[in-house]
Amino acid sequence: MSLFSKQNKKVFTEPLNINNPIMVQVLGICSSLAVTSQLKPAIVMGLAVTIITAFSNVIISLIRNTIPNRIRIIVQLVVVAALVTIVSQILKAVAYDVSVQLSVYVGLIITNCILMGRLEAFAMTNKPWPSFLDGIGNGLGYAMILVIVGAFREFFGRGSLLGFQIIPKSVCDAGWNNGMMTMPAMALILLGCVIWIHRAYFVKDDK
Amino acid sequence: MKTNSNSYTIIYSTILVVIVAFLLAFVFQALKPAQDANVALDQQKQILFALNQDRKMSDSEAKAKYKQLIVADDIIDADGHVVTKGSQGGTEAGFKLNSKDAKEGRLALYRCNVDGKVKYVIPVYGNGLWGPISGYIAINDDKATVFGAYFNHESETAGLGAEIKDNQQWQAQFKGKHLFASDPQKIALSVVKHGTAQGDNQVDGVTGATLTSNGVSEMLKADKGGLQPYVKFLNQK
Amino acid sequence: MEHIINLFIRSIFVDNMIFSFFLGMCSFLAVSKNVKTSLGLGLAVTFVLVITVPVDYLLQTKVLGPNCLMEGVDLSYLSFILFIAVIAGITQIVEMAVEKYSPSLYGALGIFLPLIAVNCAIMGASLFMQQRIGLDPASTQYIGSVWDSIAYAFGSGLGWTLAIVSMGAVREKMQYCDVPKPLQGLGITFITVGLMAMAMMCFSGIKL
Repeated sequence: MSLFSKQNKKVFTEPLNINNPIMVQVLGICSSLAVTSQLKPAIVMGLAVTIITAFSNVIISLIRNTIPNRIRIIVQLVVVAALVTIVSQILKAVAYDVSVQLSVYVGLIITNCILMGRLEAFAMTNKPWPSFLDGIGNGLGYAMILVIVGAFREFFGRGSLLGFQIIPKSVCDAGWNNGMMTMPAMALILLGCVIWIHRAYFVKDDK
Repeated sequence: MKTNSNSYTIIYSTILVVIVAFLLAFVFQALKPAQDANVALDQQKQILFALNQDRKMSDSEAKAKYKQLIVADDIIDADGHVVTKGSQGGTEAGFKLNSKDAKEGRLALYRCNVDGKVKYVIPVYGNGLWGPISGYIAINDDKATVFGAYFNHESETAGLGAEIKDNQQWQAQFKGKHLFASDPQKIALSVVKHGTAQGDNQVDGVTGATLTSNGVSEMLKADKGGLQPYVKFLNQK
Repeated sequence: MEHIINLFIRSIFVDNMIFSFFLGMCSFLAVSKNVKTSLGLGLAVTFVLVITVPVDYLLQTKVLGPNCLMEGVDLSYLSFILFIAVIAGITQIVEMAVEKYSPSLYGALGIFLPLIAVNCAIMGASLFMQQRIGLDPASTQYIGSVWDSIAYAFGSGLGWTLAIVSMGAVREKMQYCDVPKPLQGLGITFITVGLMAMAMMCFSGIKL
């Protein structure tokens, strides 16, 4: 089986669009809302989840035949929790300001349903390489939504992107700055709209 | 392989736990120095920002600047006497104190020298709308007027309450304000509703973030964690 | 005592798990289709929260925190793994106990209990509790004793229940509304939760 066979490609690209974890599978909503008031934490969170999903998928897939069935959920949780701890320690050491912004939401990656969902549904029954692709694909599908919502909220909320002022400060003070956008409630409404657009244009064969 | 027997399950989970515990302990030990350095650097930068230093300076510049500007990080008591003497660019004495120490009466005081003039930096701790806030207030050598201020928060709303940290122009309003009104025993510096600031003691609040601004105001005046415990020190002329 | 009541009220209305922190959204969206199941899940979450948060509190203050076990030993890097193990373990035990001693309660809660181990609200409450131990005791959010942690857990649980039950009620009514097709289901649910969160924001001004 070649590394990028048709089947593997499908495993990778499906979660980016028609089988997106947030929009279609409705997984991992919690963190996608809380960290998106600015673009930078949204990107870091997206990357962290992608890395953790991919690696936990690989690890579980490697040991899938040795896991005693009765304790498999606990084993999965332990592997995920270990990876999340490592990522959070690395974040604190390398990107301190982002780790402060993300606060408890890094720890909450453990209970991000995307991870457990993918482990149960895919990694437990597939070989490591497809599992890795599945993890990356789902992670990126998740990151994509985070980045869209994060960019929207930062741009309309404070007139900047990644901290760089795009709309001149004077315009901002004259009323561009829309405090509403940076508030939690607006994240929900924006996500609702993103799902609306996605369903209207990309998902044709709706049941 | 027989994966359903009891002994297999127990051995499996033991091995897994041991491997994971060792791995985590190793990662933690390896990264600890870098994490501590980050926390310390962040605190040094906040003190420098209160002294109106450039916000865009690099990490190494910040370290050098801190070493150069901070003469001593003393610990004083409520009577204004020095309890523990700090050192030039010190990170061992007053630098190590936190909000609990401040409330128990062990007060950090940074003696600084900016362009040949004596300045003092005082840390303050309080509560915002969603969580704790803190700040550093730099005071001129007359011990009565503000030289600069920097505030930090953990979880205020971005774009509203978070402006106390992000909005440099807002912090700049503190410059030149007086700590005391007529009574030299009582801190009068306060933050009021946006657009209503009058006189030498009041600063405009952040628009749309009245509650966070009130938190800052209460923090400045607080008997514990605020500027009030420093009154005796500030009255030593 | 006053502090415990303040903390309790604040956890229900101001620091609401769903509307302020978006915790437990996955099961919130999946289960809030009608009032009855919503209430069942809400109670199950409250139940598990009230048990796990105090246990994790004791774990954090007696074992994991800096200098707790031995002078100079800081095990806080193990907190994620231990918290999730406690949550998974306790959910399992609670499920077995409820099944044995109260079959009627099990009938009501049973199907929801396994879902709870991966509910972010439970893990989130433990992580927030860990963060709040270090707070200033004057703050309403401060957690400084087992009683505080129970009040926090109970308040958060009730807040979560309140949110999911009201959402269930709204969704029951919404079935009769003419929603644009692509917006049906998830889309309109998000927008509704957003509007509810906005309404809940008025509580943030309460001074406790």
